[in-house]
Amino acid sequence: MAAISPDRIENTSTFQRAIREAFYAGVIAFGLFFLLIGVKTDQNIRNELILVQRWGLLAIVVGLVMAGRFVAVAFLQPYFAGRNAEKARAPVVQTEKSFFWTHWTKIAIGALLLYPVVIVLLVGFQGSLKWVDNFGIQILIYVMLAWGLNIVVGLAGLLDLGYVAFYAVGAYCYALLGTEFGWSFWILLPCAGAMAALWGVILGFPVLRLRGDYLAIVTLAFGEIIRLVLINWREVTNGTAGISGIPKVTFFGLFDFNTSSPYYIAKVFGIAQSGSYYKIFLYYLILALALLTAFVTVRLRRLPVGRAWEALREDEIACRSLGINTTITKLTAFAIGAMFGGFAGAFFAARQGFVSPESFVFLESAIILAIVVLGGMGSLTGIAIAALVMIGGTEILRELQFLKAIFGESFTPELYRMLLFGLAMVIVMLWKPRGFVGSREPTAFLNERKAVSSSFTKEGHG
Amino acid sequence: MEYFVQQLVNGLTLGSIYGLIAIGYTMVYGIIGMINFAHGDIFMVGAFVALIVFLFLVSVFATVNVVLFLLIMMIVAMLMTSLYNWTIEKVAYRPLRGSFRLAPLITAIGMSITLSNFVQVTQGPRNKPIPPMISKVYDVFGISVSAKQIVIVVVTVLLLTLFWYLVNKTSLGRAQRACEQDRKMAALLGVDVDRTISITFIMGASLASVAGTLYLMYYGVVVFSDGFVPGVKAFTAAVLGGIGSIPGAMLGGLLIGFIEGMWSAYFSIDYKDVAAFSILAIVLIFLPSGILGRPEVEKV
Repeated sequence: MAAISPDRIENTSTFQRAIREAFYAGVIAFGLFFLLIGVKTDQNIRNELILVQRWGLLAIVVGLVMAGRFVAVAFLQPYFAGRNAEKARAPVVQTEKSFFWTHWTKIAIGALLLYPVVIVLLVGFQGSLKWVDNFGIQILIYVMLAWGLNIVVGLAGLLDLGYVAFYAVGAYCYALLGTEFGWSFWILLPCAGAMAALWGVILGFPVLRLRGDYLAIVTLAFGEIIRLVLINWREVTNGTAGISGIPKVTFFGLFDFNTSSPYYIAKVFGIAQSGSYYKIFLYYLILALALLTAFVTVRLRRLPVGRAWEALREDEIACRSLGINTTITKLTAFAIGAMFGGFAGAFFAARQGFVSPESFVFLESAIILAIVVLGGMGSLTGIAIAALVMIGGTEILRELQFLKAIFGESFTPELYRMLLFGLAMVIVMLWKPRGFVGSREPTAFLNERKAVSSSFTKEGHG
Repeated sequence: MEYFVQQLVNGLTLGSIYGLIAIGYTMVYGIIGMINFAHGDIFMVGAFVALIVFLFLVSVFATVNVVLFLLIMMIVAMLMTSLYNWTIEKVAYRPLRGSFRLAPLITAIGMSITLSNFVQVTQGPRNKPIPPMISKVYDVFGISVSAKQIVIVVVTVLLLTLFWYLVNKTSLGRAQRACEQDRKMAALLGVDVDRTISITFIMGASLASVAGTLYLMYYGVVVFSDGFVPGVKAFTAAVLGGIGSIPGAMLGGLLIGFIEGMWSAYFSIDYKDVAAFSILAIVLIFLPSGILGRPEVEKV
């Protein structure tokens, strides 16, 4: 018996533990799900609620949970533990960054610029609609919103749970002025930004004294107030029905995308009609707006106001002791963050051609904040990656029609979109609590620029 | 005057429900300093469990015995939601304890999205109406008080008494208060912090599920998205009363209930939520740590 190697003891105990853990997980899963999955409330012909039993489904779900837990304990945990130990053992070597990593910003922008062209070449104009619109534009809107919110949360460290309010202000600004007065998008875009910034200041002013979670709840309340006003102020906003027929964006007045207009792009250039020109144009427009946000953020970080934001995030008292006006600093963060939200809102209104309060619920704020945090607050690249993963991932679920072949015709992957989104938020956060990009490049440095771990940056108290 | 008192009664009913949910928020905040965004959805899950238990009981028993039914609904809902909150704390919040502040906030929002969509997927997106359980209405000095309202207030008072006893008179409550004041010190003195936090989540969930059961009984309908609005209002109530303070949460809940009731009675029903949120903003501008909250002392 003494011949048993220590390795073997290790192995059996892991398996025993895995089986035990799987059993516990199964018991808990059964407890959690036996009422909500095992039984379904349904309406019968007389419109009364009745209970439909689904014990088979419950057994499958509990079985899956048990199997998942078993695999996690028996295989994944030892694997990750081994990998971490290996990493810790390996000496830290300063490796020369490859060409890709030193120039990757340019490469990424280049790839984004070429994306519609590649899609059109691959699937033609008609097929490109979905890829450019659902993936390109949709993701870029969230990238832009998250970069805008990043100024408030990531740089100034002010937790804002009502960012979608500014998005709504921008969207309604364009929708109302565009439909009432027929003003052009290019005039209203700055208006929407200015209006949102004004609201940022108005909402920011009373909450300056609040800190931390008090600030969070008041911003959430303001977000809800704006949405409720949009719903109830029917004379102006048309209530829940929303505003439709919002004019499209024109190409700086040179030609436009209305098929009925004499300056329709297909007539001007004498090419075939297609809806995808407009989508491709919108793609470049939102790309430009998003890059503008990134550019402004990068430049602002080097200006006194940007440094003041980051100082405020690190230590408000020290900041005040050094003579920084915290009121102005916080308000500028709110205003500039809100301004980009307003730009994105105006773009959103122009893209949809329709706005309603439905688009500006708290969930949107939560998604944007989640992207900022998952990206590793303050890191523009990380935020872009997080938006790509979270929004792109949920959009892909719409495309998984082949699942119908497995689970039957009645299976709709879209239904599980937000469920999986929520789970993904939890899992990514548990896996990388500091976000996807865990390093920062301080703008102020001594002698040489070095990236530091994001654990050295604070998240602010405001 | 009668109209005013009538609205006061309505506000008291609504406020009791908000207060019960708010206690869960405030206790969790007090002990681990995070906004448990999933709490509103725990309330909704409680209401759904109560609904399923009610339908089950109706199919088993021929006649509706209100007291027995409510009791069974509440107990099952308490057990189930406690299990939910316990699991959520263990899976989503505990690994992130001591990590940076926004991480558990994001997992809490993720859990909130997960729970409401889980119920939507498993139970369907439609409204779930039940036949009225109690329909008796009493006339007290010209004010109509429904039996439902009496049940809500009585259950709330009983529960709060029990809860007050638990927090103030038992060793468990002492451990909780110790953890709230200084977690590290409590751990050094032999308080099992993890267990205390788990129990806090269980207590919060129990109160929320009772609120869910009462909500279902009062309105007679529940839908998967019902967690958000009462959840936000209860959280507003907790902040209004001073987050971390248990009497404050109940007071805040009642205040929010009154404001809503009065506003919809005298001004417009459309803007009642706007009124509640505006009052919150105004109160916080003048009392930045709520009505009964301790001011945060900042050490340099």
